[in-house]
This record gives sequence, C-alpha cells and structure tokens, in this order.
Amino acid sequence: MSEATALRTPLVESQIQAAAARPPGDEPAWLAQARSENLAAFTAGGLPDTRIEAWKYTALRALGQRRIGPVDVDAALRATVDSTGFVLPGVDGPRLVFVDGVFRADLSTAQDVAGLQVMPLSRALREQPESLRFALSRHYRERADAFAQLNAALGFDGVVVRVAPGAKLSSPLHMVFAGGTQAEAGSHLRVVVDVGAEAAVDVVEHHVAVGEASHLATLVTDIAVHDDARLGWLIVQDAGVAATLVRRTRAQLGARASATVHALELGGALVRHDLACDLAGQGAHLETRGVFVIGRRQHVDTQLSIRHGGRDTTSDALWRGVADGRARGVFRGAIVVAEGADGSDAALSNKNLLLSADAEIDTKPELEIYADEVKAAHGATIGQLDERALFYLRSRGIGLAQARSLLTLAFCRVALADISDERLREHLGELLDKRLPRMADA
Amino acid sequence: MLKIDNLHARVEGREILKGLSLTVNAGEVHAIMGPNGAGKSTLGNVLSGREGYEVTAGSVIYNGTNLLDLEPEERAAAGVFLAFQYPVEIPGVNNTYFLRAALNAQRKRRGEEELDSMRFLKLVREKLKVMQISDELLHRAVNEGFSGGEKKRNEIFQMAVLEPKLAILDETDSGLDIDALKQVAGGVNALRSPDRSFIVVTHYQRLLDYIEPDFVHVLAGGRIVESGDKSLAVKLEEQGYAWLADIHPDIARAELAGAKA
Repeated sequence: MSEATALRTPLVESQIQAAAARPPGDEPAWLAQARSENLAAFTAGGLPDTRIEAWKYTALRALGQRRIGPVDVDAALRATVDSTGFVLPGVDGPRLVFVDGVFRADLSTAQDVAGLQVMPLSRALREQPESLRFALSRHYRERADAFAQLNAALGFDGVVVRVAPGAKLSSPLHMVFAGGTQAEAGSHLRVVVDVGAEAAVDVVEHHVAVGEASHLATLVTDIAVHDDARLGWLIVQDAGVAATLVRRTRAQLGARASATVHALELGGALVRHDLACDLAGQGAHLETRGVFVIGRRQHVDTQLSIRHGGRDTTSDALWRGVADGRARGVFRGAIVVAEGADGSDAALSNKNLLLSADAEIDTKPELEIYADEVKAAHGATIGQLDERALFYLRSRGIGLAQARSLLTLAFCRVALADISDERLREHLGELLDKRLPRMADA
Repeated sequence: MLKIDNLHARVEGREILKGLSLTVNAGEVHAIMGPNGAGKSTLGNVLSGREGYEVTAGSVIYNGTNLLDLEPEERAAAGVFLAFQYPVEIPGVNNTYFLRAALNAQRKRRGEEELDSMRFLKLVREKLKVMQISDELLHRAVNEGFSGGEKKRNEIFQMAVLEPKLAILDETDSGLDIDALKQVAGGVNALRSPDRSFIVVTHYQRLLDYIEPDFVHVLAGGRIVESGDKSLAVKLEEQGYAWLADIHPDIARAELAGAKA
C-alpha cells in the first residue's frame, strides 16, 4: 500500500469507487479528461483541513470519515415528492426540479418564454456540448477547491440557462434542489447561466428537504452577466436537518451590468457557500443581501468575495446572522479593489446576533485596495439585542419573549427589505420567523 | 391612583432620587419641573420599570398594587405609559404592526379580547384624525428616520391608541419648535379625561402654556421641594430655581442651578 493510499479517508475512497461505478457515457473527450484530472486532484489532496485559511472555521474531519455512495438514479426518479412544498409566491416562471441530484421532468414545468433557453445540463451536453466546454473543463488545483473537484469529477447533470440579448423576462425561473431521500448518497450538480447583453432575468435557487436522510450535495454555479444586463438571484436554502451542502457560485459582470443576490440560509447540518463576484466591466453594480438563522448544531459558512475589476464599479453587501443552540455561523466578506479600478465604491456590513451562550459566530471582513480614489466601508459586529429597543417594546406592553422575537425577526428581515415582490418578501419573512426560536412569555 | 412615598433610587451606584413623595389622583395633571440632574427622567424610568434603576427605599402604590413589583410589560397592561424623551428607532419593525402587537399584548394580559386587523385599523384611523398624524408615518419602521417632532408625535399617537390610565411625559417638549409643541399639546389635551392622569416632566414652562396643569412641583436634589398651582411654573420661568435655596438650605445651590448647567 502506498503512502498516499494510506492517507485516504473513507470519504475519498468512497468517491473513487463512486467514480468507477459511473457507466462510461458518450461524453466529449475534454469532459472525460476534466473528470479524471479533478478526481486525481481530489484523491491526492483530500478534503481541506482548518490550516487552510478558507476553511479555518469549518472542520471537515467528521465528513472525511463518512462513506458517500452514488445516488441510485432509478430510486430518485421514483421517489414520491410533494411539489406543493416548494412553491414560492410570485415565482411562476419555468421550474426545474432535481431530487437528490436527478432531474425530474415530471415535477418540472417547462414554459416557452421568448428569449429564454433553459434545460437540464445533461440535455445541453448531448445537444450542444461545445458551448459548455469552457465552464465544464476547468481543472481545480487548490486543496481549498476539493468540493469543486468532486463536483467536476462526479457531476452529470444540472441546469443551463441562456437569456438572449435584450430579452427582459418577467417571471422568475425556479430551480429546485430537493434532497434527503437516500442515505449517504452524493449528488453533484452544475449550473451555467448566461445573461445576454441588455437582458434581464430573475432566478431562484431553492434547496428543500424531501427526506431526513443525511447526504452530501454539491452545487457549482457559473454566471455571466453581460454588458447592461440585469440579474436577480435569490437563494432559499432550506435543506434537511442532516444535509451536507457545499456550494460555489461565481459570477462575472460586464460593463454597467447589475446583479442582486439574496441568500437565506436556514437549513442543513453542514453548509458552505463560496460566493465570488467579479465586477469586471466598467460601472458594474452588485448588491448582496443575506441572512442565516441557525440552531441546534448547525454549521453554516458563507464566504463572500467581491472583486472590483472595472472602473466606477459599485458593490453593496448587507449580511445578517443569528445563531442559537450550539450552532456555529461563519461569515467572511472579502472585497478586493483591483489596480486600475478607480472610482469604485464598496460597502459591506455584517451584523450577527448570538441567542445562546453555546452558539458561536465568526466573522471576518477583509479589504484589499490597489486602486486610487476608492470609497470603501466595512463593518462587522457580533452582539445581543439592543436593550433600549427591548425596553421600549416592553414599556408598550409587549412581553419580554415576544419583544425578543420581534427584534430578532426585524434584524433578519433587513436582508429582505428590497425584495420588490411583496408576497414573496412576506413568505420569506415567515420562513425566517419559523426558524427563529420560539420564546414563550411566562 | 398613584402614591409615591419616600422613594429612593440609584443609577450606577449613585443615588438620584432621595425621598420623593407624590400623590396623583385620577384625572389630574401634574407638572414636574426642575433643574438638570434633579432626577426628572429617573422618576419616569423608575415608574416604567427600566432596568438599571435600583429602588433602595420607599414605595410606589398604583391603584392598590405595588408598581415596583411589576415587569415593564405588566405596568403597561395596568395602564402606565411613558412617553420617552428619546424614542428608540427600531428598524425592520413596522409602526402599525408594533402598535397592534402592543395593544393586543396588553389586552390579552388584561383578559380582554384581542383586536383583529380590521378593528385595529378602524381604531387607528379614529386616533389619527384626533392626533393629526399623517398616514404615511404608520407604514414606516418604528421611529426610523423620523424627525424629532415626528418621534414625539408618534409617542403621543401611541398613547392615544393604548389609552393608558397614567401617562408620564418625559420632556416631551424638548427639541420641538412651537408648531410641533402645539400639536403635541393638542394631542395630550384631547386625551385628558376624568379617569386619566398625567405626569408632565418638563424643563420649561412653555409646554404648560398649552397643557394646563392642576399642580406644579419642583423636583430638586432628588425630591419634591415645592408644590403649587400653575403660578409656580410662571414664577420658576421668571426667577429660575435659585430662590428655592433660601427656603431649602439643605439643597445645595449648585444642584438648583442644574448639575450640568
């Protein structure tokens, strides 16, 4: 037995087996090569440990000891799923539903929308593989990218969205990732989004639980927003209590393009999201709004990185976190203003509430500026509820527990404030409210 | 209705109230005036149950119960209302939602039926008319981005909706221009009734031109040192507080001049 083999964790071993078990499809040679290179990199490096800066607060030792098998595709196709459970008000565009990583045409709704092409990635790979070559032939080299390696090695489906230049879509597209019907199964999906110049589209990335089984899901998303285009991206993460969910989203914005990202992190056991946005074009604008509400022993880690590459680019980030029980929240907000990106304006605010003495939140703002005439504001806090506000509410007759709930919900809802569809905003507010610990008045 | 007897209270280890006694009967309006640092705001905070105010001696009996035994929300449900000198901004909590939650929490505690949103809105519309407050204020977050005048009007509007039995106005006139002052005073006057009492804490006599008190008290050195009718307020306005030192040699002249002045 070689030394490298001796170091292999059960997770790594099981992933090698999962890759070997995959039937050889008639994939393009470049894709097969990308798979084997990424698998080799994953096998060699394994999961990142906490000595790697990007994983400092998220330990993966326990995950490394698990054996994650491939998804039973037939079982995923047969699994009974109540699709009413993931309806969101106002989200009435085409819907693509995946159950444990397997596309379910029967639960999805296709719509013929002018200027919009949306299809499962497996189909796009059959019909137009070359158009995906750039996104899918990436070779991840860093150990920090272990899950992207795994995703590239084992992923076989996902979503491809293309919005034609100038097309303004009014109905949000709904991607549903339902998980939890198969114990210790791994699902790996890719999403590729291309928003043409001057086009506009809203997309919802929705993670839901359809079972309580512990499982591993990875999702890698690549987004291009071309010049003068607009993208709205809403993430509703309501995965199951035993889910391990690792996502990586990369977005690149062209000149005067704008993107708004909202993220609600509510579910899952071990959850990670790397969200990297590159404001490459002059005058590009990015808004990110996010909130996590976690309890029990949940671990939710968001790594936001924003790069101002073009001149006069603007970004505004507002993130909130609430942790109860023995939960641990992690937020890293890194802003880089590249050389030459003069006139850029970046603001980042991250505020967190600890509701229990055993909960923990780690927040780490980072700012690197290599350009001139830049405005940057940066702030992160971890604290408890404002005593003055609590007393104000109580002095009006609201009991202590209700006052706490009200203020905590308000603290979170700030992240939803600019969702324009009122019904959707209210619905998401209720989702948050349900997650907040119930404190009964005596 | 309210009987405060020999009240001593400390804040951060410092004794602020030193034997304050005051009796307020139903329907009466009592003005409490005094120099800075006399303990005026402390009285309002002690009566409404704010944390950090330690009562070391004395008693406060409100309608037969020991008010100091009650939590702030219990005092509110029992009819005690404090109009804050500095109303707190609460981002993310809608004004209307807050007020309905407050009213219903009070009603529930009193064993009364809670109001549904229709009946609540009807009540709010009635009160809005009386208070001359714009509808738009209701849809905003509590006090967030309100001007000084709007905050104070919002306090009085809350009072109108919650209909307390004992309202304590803590320097509600501070920072108001004359028009806002008149509006606030008009709101208070509209709420005067035989079964509702007011304690109006103020630094200036000006407010009392618009809210006519039944009694005027001077709070200095942590206790009531002088009581009278509204003519006392006029005398204070004309002569300041220094003359009180001749009558009350135990109170230091510096305290009467105002600790911060």
